Amino acid sequence: MTDASINTHTLETEASFGDYVALLKPRVMSLVVFTALVGLLAAPVGVHPMIGFASILFIAVGAGASGALNMWWDADIDAVMKRTAKRPVPAGKVAPGEALAVGVALSGFAVVMLALASNLVAAGLLAFTILFYAVVYTMWLKRWTPQNIVIGGAAGAFPPMIGWAVATGGIGLESVLMFLLIFMWTPPHFWALALFMNADYEKAGVPMLTVTHGRRVTRNHILAYTVLLAPLAVGTAFTSIGGPVYLAVSLVLNGLFLLGAWRIWRRDEDVSQADKYKVEKSFFGLSLLYLFLHFGAILLEAALRPYGLGGWG
Amino acid sequence: MSFRATHELHRRRAGRNIGLALVLLAFIAIVFGLTVVKVTSGDPMQAFDHVSRPEMATGGTAVQGD
Repeated sequence: MTDASINTHTLETEASFGDYVALLKPRVMSLVVFTALVGLLAAPVGVHPMIGFASILFIAVGAGASGALNMWWDADIDAVMKRTAKRPVPAGKVAPGEALAVGVALSGFAVVMLALASNLVAAGLLAFTILFYAVVYTMWLKRWTPQNIVIGGAAGAFPPMIGWAVATGGIGLESVLMFLLIFMWTPPHFWALALFMNADYEKAGVPMLTVTHGRRVTRNHILAYTVLLAPLAVGTAFTSIGGPVYLAVSLVLNGLFLLGAWRIWRRDEDVSQADKYKVEKSFFGLSLLYLFLHFGAILLEAALRPYGLGGWG
Repeated sequence: MSFRATHELHRRRAGRNIGLALVLLAFIAIVFGLTVVKVTSGDPMQAFDHVSRPEMATGGTAVQGD
């Protein structure tokens, strides 16, 4: 008998490097990198490129760690939903305990390294974000209240604030506005998805608004949040991170977004089913573009500033 | 001479080891880069070396002697 035979039962499930990468939710990470980078570059003070690069990297690692913790806790419901069934833990590629270990270890690593690379405010915000996403959202709110994504969306909204804190060492009106932009955008974005992916959430027993209060209420909520989001998004144009380019982009996008939300609100279930949720799907697609272009415009204003072109001055 | 055929598992393990090695190397490079930046972009630094240098003293009164 050789020692290799002891481990034969684990052979098929041993994870590859890519499985560990998948555990960190790379697609979510890429959004975190983008928004944190915009927060960092939009700040009025510059940082050394090396410090900026390392800080963004550690923010991304922290976000990935919270993703691993989320997959560890949610493996049971992920296995039920079609969209998430192939994630490493429900697919049996990474053991739940391993996901927990990776999540906890990388969380601590990311926070400590961010504190060393930048400052304690940024590191504190990152620690709070990880805790908020892993504990408040994943463990507590997600399975308990239909407002889960409203409050949980805060976790996704923190990265630009962390990026801003890396540069300035503090919190400013502009960084709070960037936070609010993502925070208010999250509910209509996810509820549009829930309208055409409802079966999944229902099966898993996640109390999405569509499951608990019905589709009519969800449609009302989408419109309400979009109406609240518009003045915030457009108003940001008149702060130090905004400018004419941002204002033009924001006016167009918010006009389209309001129109989409209004069309969703006007429809009922029969009409939506008849055209296979065409309006809801296009609103969801638009919501991705909405966030990307808003932050892209803030980035452009920041990039133009050294040439005397960005902002209002 | 090989006694055992290479299993798909061995490839997966090798990939994991190489991946981890690259991650660790990248981490070393980042910490080195950060150190260089932090040390060179800080204020001028002087350490105590048994020589009297009044400009190091805070408050302008304390002077290291003999």
